[in-house]
Amino acid sequence: MKLIEDADAEALRRMLAGDPVLVDVIPAAEAIPELGEGMILHAGPPIGWERMCGPMRGAVAGIAVAEGWASDLGDAERQARAGAFAFHPNHHFGAVGPMTGLTTRGQPVMVVENRAFGNRAFCTVNEGLGKVMRFGGNDAEVLERLRWLRDDFGPALGRALRRMGGLPLKSLVARGLTMGDEMHQRNVACSGLTLRALAPALAETAAGTAALSRALAFIAGNDQFFLNIAMAMGKAITDPVRGISGSSVVTAMSRNGTEFGIRVSGTGDTWFTAPVEMPEGLYFPGFTAADANPDMGDSAIVETIGLGGFAMGAAPAVAGFVGAGAPSEAGSFTRRMGEITLARNPEWTIPAMDYLGVPTGIDIRRVVETGIAPTINTGIAHRKPGIGQVGAGVVRAPMACFTQALVAFADSVGVS
Amino acid sequence: MSAVVLNEVRKGFYLDSVALMRLSRSIAEMAEVEEAALMMGTPANRQIMAEAGLLVEAGCTAGGGDLVIGIRAATAAVAEAALAEALAQLDRPAIRGGAVSAWRPRTLRSALTEMPDASLVLISVPGDFAAAEARKAIRRGLDAMIFSDNVSLADEAALKREAQALGRLVMGPDCGTAIIGGVPLAFANAVPRGAIGIVGASGTGMQEVSCLIARGGGGISHAIGVGGRDLKPEIGGISTLMAIDALDADPATRRIILISKPPQAEVAAVVLARLGRSAKPATVCFIGARPMAMPANATQAFTLKGAARAALGLAPEAPAPIPVGLAVPAGRRRILGLFAGGTLCAEAQVLLLQAGEPVRSNAPVPGAAREGRADGGHLLLDLGDDAFTRGRPHPMLDPSVRDTPLAEALADPQAAVVLLDMVIGYGAHADPAGHLARMLAAEPRSGGPAIIASVTGTEGDPQGLSAQIATLAEAGVTVAPTNADAAGWALRAIGAGTRR
Repeated sequence: MKLIEDADAEALRRMLAGDPVLVDVIPAAEAIPELGEGMILHAGPPIGWERMCGPMRGAVAGIAVAEGWASDLGDAERQARAGAFAFHPNHHFGAVGPMTGLTTRGQPVMVVENRAFGNRAFCTVNEGLGKVMRFGGNDAEVLERLRWLRDDFGPALGRALRRMGGLPLKSLVARGLTMGDEMHQRNVACSGLTLRALAPALAETAAGTAALSRALAFIAGNDQFFLNIAMAMGKAITDPVRGISGSSVVTAMSRNGTEFGIRVSGTGDTWFTAPVEMPEGLYFPGFTAADANPDMGDSAIVETIGLGGFAMGAAPAVAGFVGAGAPSEAGSFTRRMGEITLARNPEWTIPAMDYLGVPTGIDIRRVVETGIAPTINTGIAHRKPGIGQVGAGVVRAPMACFTQALVAFADSVGVS
Repeated sequence: MSAVVLNEVRKGFYLDSVALMRLSRSIAEMAEVEEAALMMGTPANRQIMAEAGLLVEAGCTAGGGDLVIGIRAATAAVAEAALAEALAQLDRPAIRGGAVSAWRPRTLRSALTEMPDASLVLISVPGDFAAAEARKAIRRGLDAMIFSDNVSLADEAALKREAQALGRLVMGPDCGTAIIGGVPLAFANAVPRGAIGIVGASGTGMQEVSCLIARGGGGISHAIGVGGRDLKPEIGGISTLMAIDALDADPATRRIILISKPPQAEVAAVVLARLGRSAKPATVCFIGARPMAMPANATQAFTLKGAARAALGLAPEAPAPIPVGLAVPAGRRRILGLFAGGTLCAEAQVLLLQAGEPVRSNAPVPGAAREGRADGGHLLLDLGDDAFTRGRPHPMLDPSVRDTPLAEALADPQAAVVLLDMVIGYGAHADPAGHLARMLAAEPRSGGPAIIASVTGTEGDPQGLSAQIATLAEAGVTVAPTNADAAGWALRAIGAGTRR
């Protein structure tokens, strides 16, 4: 018990000591040197083409065309079936991606540096709402936007960040929590705060007023722009927490659209997986639950650090996504997550809950003991490739991931 | 089949997107509406509406700061009605803010975060988990009351030994009654605080005794339940001894009552020896036991009523005078008792045996026979027994458990008296007398057995003692002041002791 207590205290210390700063935007191939031609990083635990869900296949086809590896979508699918592409989880390369989460060498990635530990984590730029690759979109408009992000916007954002000397994220997130964001479904405040901080440096380093205007309009037009920054931040914060022998703290929660996977500090890089669940939520006009793909994306990394569903109390409107959940009950979600976490974050607090800190450090022992699964706020993709986002809602992490992890963890500390 | 699409734009009207999605869903669910959406008119949202077949020319003028309502329905009338409803819902302000829901902790750990100075935890979880929860409590320095049953005897013994080593008291398992520092826990009655402390392995026994003490002008310092098996040899009275220690050390307690079924001799010896080491006078009621040697400071009581009177310093009284007009059908002398309280059933058996009347029961006291085939003799049933409560609530919670046996008893051609108890107080049914009265009103009663009952409770209980008594009397039930008196009246009504 002492071993676990000490290990968990160290895990918490590292998680709370993290000092994430958005420092740059660089091509993925530069950020991740292993990322070669034909290699595709995806969300969630490992998965191959055969078992991928529709939207992830659609995104694979789209990105293969965008990278110039295939002449068209049909060609891309044929190549994928024939095994032309190597698939690996983002998490294995210091990266994360929302929804399908595909990362390939040509895409620009945002770089978050954890200055307390010196590690870096990467995430692509959020494409906006509507038809986008992360939800499996792959038409001409989607591919054109990806090219603009690669050739114009990414480099411009990188220049601005280098000029600023980086954008510290910890305090920015703290302010966002006081303004109604939970950093998963709701990033309106943080996206605005980011734009405010970036605008002068973007103007200083812009290639011209037209390019500057489009860049500013792109950020301003996307309420979820900050999501990908929050995810890279989550990865940068959790990576130093990995591999502490005896620690029962969760270091990653992630979904590939087929399986949900978690990693636990004390059991190293092993994934504990279970079939992913269906989100419960609200749908855009023209769509229903019958159109929904099962839960997907690396974005649950934000819940892993106490945001998203864990910070529901900061974003009462989001509680309305769950069945008949009333906004006035948002705080109960946050308190319930407090039953399965080890600590409260002293710097990220929720004013409407008397400045209660967000619940931090998911302990697999407490999840199994209480039967309370982590609540994750999420977008919902269409089950067919190429259509995109159809709704948003809430999903629970499958309990089987935690029970398996607990058995392996017990083994790791010599309890059988 | 062409549908009608209606748009309306509210310029400069903002509502949160989640609120709009919920509103959209409620309009789309209206009868004959094909699809509906309310969205802020950003280009991306207008595209979504266009693809959903919800945008016509009127809606295309909306900007990002304008609200667009789109309705698609089979007929113009339906679309217009839906649009009107959407507009009405938009303009209907929330007049009642949601009540901020009180957070109920889901674990002992977080409950203690909310209430760090708590010293006792009441555990009511499925029996398989009760011992584990109790261990968490005692290891955190809390005393534990375990309401749950179905905890194994081995688990109980191990738990109580660990608690003893930690200096913590475990009340239960299957502890249904306690009053700690004036706070009633689970099934208990509104009694004043006073100088008498009770240790009990029996819930209804403690309720009857504490109520009779209250009605006699006394008060209770603490009533500490220990669970029905604490005096079994496997447990050895660990909690009983600790509870006696606690009352012995408590300056507010000047007298101690111990209530239990008759324990085995070796356990009784240990417990009586501990009472004998106290300077405080004690009353021991091992219900159903024969006269035993008592320590110098202790007296033995044979009924609950006797225990209450002894603790109040009163001499045993003559039985309450039998009411005028209490008559039983000629030629009958069978007493049928239907009890919600197990110890009340035991007390009645003791009184019948004392009067020389053989009695059978599903929960027999020493000297009574185990329930067998109906032979016309006296039969007293504990309806809280598993056979009656499997898959149903306890009769103290749900008096309808008694309905069928009561109908049978009333129809029994040999029944002279039907003997009942009513246990009220915190945790009990809101109106057990009313339930009985309604049931009796539907039964043909002419020429049937007399019904004699008592009410275990006080005036301060939520149901009110006198209100329950009045309801019973109105229903033709003869109400005795105590459970012991009810049994005594039944005996005299059948002429017990005067002829066999």
